[in-house]
Amino acid sequence: MGVGGEEPRVVAKLRERFPDALQEVRAVRDDLTIVLSPAAIREACCFLRDDPELRYEFLSDLTRVDRLRLPEATPRFEVVYHLTSLRNSSRLRLKVRVPDGEAVDSVTAVWEGANWLEREVYDLMGIPFRDHPDLRRLVLPDDFEGHALRKDFPVTTEPRWWEEKGER
Amino acid sequence: MTETRTMVLNMGPQHPSTHGVLRLVLELDGEVVVRCVPHIGYLHTGMEKIMEAKRYQQAITVTDRMDYLAPMSNNLAFVLSVERLLGVEATDRAQVIRVMMAELTRIKSHLVWLATHALDIGAMSVFLYCFRERERILDLYEMVSGQRMMSSYIRVGGLMADLPEGFERAVRDFLDEFPKRVDEYEDLLTQNKLWLQRTVGVGVLKREEAIALGVSGPALRATGVPWDIRKVWPYSGYDRFHFEISLGNNGDVYDRYRCRIFEMRQSAAIVRQCLDRMPKGPVNIADPKIVPPPKPLVRQSMEALIHHFLLYSQGFTVPPGEAYVPIESPKGEIGFYVVSDGSNTPYRVRVRPPSLLNLQALPRMVGGRMVADVVAVIGSIDIVLGEIDR
Amino acid sequence: MTEFLLLSLVKILVVFGLVLLTVAYLTWVERKLVGDFQVRWGPSRVGPFGLLQPIAHGIKLFFKEDLVPAGADRLLFRLAPVLSMVPALITFAVIPFGDTVRLFGRTVDLVITDVNIGLLYVLAVTSMGVYGIVLAGWASNSKYPLLGGLRSAAQMVSYEMALGLSVVGVVMLSQSLSLVDIVNAQAGTWFGVIPRWNVFAQPLGFGLFLVSANAELNRAPFDLPEAETELVAGFHTEYSSMKFAMFFMAEYANMITASAVATTLFLGGWRGPLLPPVVWFLLKVGAFLFLLIWLRATLPRFRYDQLMAFGWKVLLPLGLANVVVTAAVLLGR
Repeated sequence: MGVGGEEPRVVAKLRERFPDALQEVRAVRDDLTIVLSPAAIREACCFLRDDPELRYEFLSDLTRVDRLRLPEATPRFEVVYHLTSLRNSSRLRLKVRVPDGEAVDSVTAVWEGANWLEREVYDLMGIPFRDHPDLRRLVLPDDFEGHALRKDFPVTTEPRWWEEKGER
Repeated sequence: MTETRTMVLNMGPQHPSTHGVLRLVLELDGEVVVRCVPHIGYLHTGMEKIMEAKRYQQAITVTDRMDYLAPMSNNLAFVLSVERLLGVEATDRAQVIRVMMAELTRIKSHLVWLATHALDIGAMSVFLYCFRERERILDLYEMVSGQRMMSSYIRVGGLMADLPEGFERAVRDFLDEFPKRVDEYEDLLTQNKLWLQRTVGVGVLKREEAIALGVSGPALRATGVPWDIRKVWPYSGYDRFHFEISLGNNGDVYDRYRCRIFEMRQSAAIVRQCLDRMPKGPVNIADPKIVPPPKPLVRQSMEALIHHFLLYSQGFTVPPGEAYVPIESPKGEIGFYVVSDGSNTPYRVRVRPPSLLNLQALPRMVGGRMVADVVAVIGSIDIVLGEIDR
Repeated sequence: MTEFLLLSLVKILVVFGLVLLTVAYLTWVERKLVGDFQVRWGPSRVGPFGLLQPIAHGIKLFFKEDLVPAGADRLLFRLAPVLSMVPALITFAVIPFGDTVRLFGRTVDLVITDVNIGLLYVLAVTSMGVYGIVLAGWASNSKYPLLGGLRSAAQMVSYEMALGLSVVGVVMLSQSLSLVDIVNAQAGTWFGVIPRWNVFAQPLGFGLFLVSANAELNRAPFDLPEAETELVAGFHTEYSSMKFAMFFMAEYANMITASAVATTLFLGGWRGPLLPPVVWFLLKVGAFLFLLIWLRATLPRFRYDQLMAFGWKVLLPLGLANVVVTAAVLLGR
């Protein structure tokens, strides 16, 4: 974690490699967060994984936040990557912000494990990933309508899908 | 010449050894698996969404139901994230109790794993032996929280209650007996020729593959990666305890078995250390905005009454921000990514589900092997569908 | 002639009834024993010590709906349980339970019929049981039973060889295929202490017989055709009601058969000091059954390919070696 006084090494390296991609860098409560521009995400991930000094080779988690009801609501979605460097025992949170309907580059080619995580995000948030090898719904049925984790998904009524199926 | 065709076998969601409602579509050539496609979601209950509608204290009850074999680990992971957001830290006593309960949980979860794993491979007796010991831990659970499974014992700011009288005695009794029991399981399995035949070299996962797939926990350590979050980023004061982490070489079913057996013994040692150095003091932080005041005070003090009322009607608010505190659950790295918008309910909760990522490695491990190996491998990665589907 | 027929009929009825009763109570014994091994109670509610449990189960199974899956081969589906049940029962025809006794003023052999090729008959009849299992797997028109049926076909054929070879040594020693002669050949003792049982003369043969009989019985650790954690219930997945019960009765009847054959071939049959012959016979059969149940409670299951490799690469060569050594010793005498 080690966020010292000066700019952490990873930020410096990223800034050097992708001068235009860094949108925001924050270190709150020891958690280092870097917001990248969507176009650069796959290359940045590749770089972070392969750089001999950084070695963020373990993708802990990949998820997405619907910012619809947050004060800062545009662009609407935020893809969050939690990276771990097993060698340096350090963690890094990467973010990419995209508006509704826009696809993000898949990082499945970088970390195989991203496959199901991206499918889950696609399933529950409804945002596609570009170049994903097998983009199907993960937990909900294939013919389910709507994306449950979106903030505007109705929570007080039953999904229409069930009613239709129930009548059959 | 006749044409050979493969057969598609639908294994699950109702099958004795898919550990719940996992469904595998296996393409078989004779008994050899050509392709394996897991289908999940049969237990999806939208837990992440539910938690968005619950106040922080209420959301803890949802975490119990995720990995229902290790409820306290889930409680702890969620509570640590919320506490990070609140900027508070539990008292010394609460931390030691948390570690103790987390380790008892690890033993309990591993016992169910060993039981079902052995049953899958046909060693039926081990199943019942393990459940006998698990029962004792469930009794301990009941002592501290009144619940055997859905304990919700670890709360934001501390614990539900202090340890009851007689608890230490009960845990020590258990610890005195437990290592002998583990010896018993090992007598039946570790050197058993049949067990070795069924597990050694089966379901091999290489180190690089495991890392790329995001596999964590004992399954990762079995491939030879010394990665245990309790050691790397000690939480709840794990750095004050002495224990070793398990490590394997080959990443096969047998190594995973050895790793978990070793972990059970280590966990028992940690629990003993907890009992030996249990500090005195309160188990909750003294912040009436987060932790309800003690009941006698509520009857006397107007202020305490108001705090009590507010906590149970509105809950507490959490400053805006986000936190992700990973911990080492029995299954692997679990962490709750909690986003707060400053209200009394989490804005977004995301669970990093270790079972899901471990399960994702299954097709890699069973390709080209036999149906019987699929069963052995599923058992060895120790999945809980409640947490995979959420 | 009439007397002979009547006597045979009485013997058949008695043996048949006893075997069926034993089958029912063998399930009780097994559950009680396995319960003890696994620190639990076993049947304890129905009747004293759960003794009425097998009867309750029988009644329950009688009243279960008898399902035949769509697309099943109906004739074979019905035939299969019968095919596995009948051979299990008719093996008892040649097994001697005891010496001759005098009843109502006539001499009665405690064996239904003493065929001079008794052992061959036993091997031939028991190997017919495999058809029941294979056909059950095939006729169900379902995938898990099919896999179970395939497994059992391969397994039974492989272990049949080892089973056959394991008893050749015994036949060579006793110079006969009649089971009564084999028992008689085991009379007497060595040095006045060790009984002349074949288990001492043929220890390897006995070991081979134990393993391959266990495999022929589809019992753990060789229960691959029904391996419930892999194939749900294997060949009888689709069976219900009495058809299902018949498979189970066949399995338990086969256990008794195997124990009785083992007793006859290797443990001196009904021979033993002090106690009446029939008691000795039952004791030995009981001990062998206990061993089978004990194995089930202890060992994990084989994997299909390992099972095959074990059968062909270990048991078969050992069986052949046993025959060669026995022959050499006999020639050298």
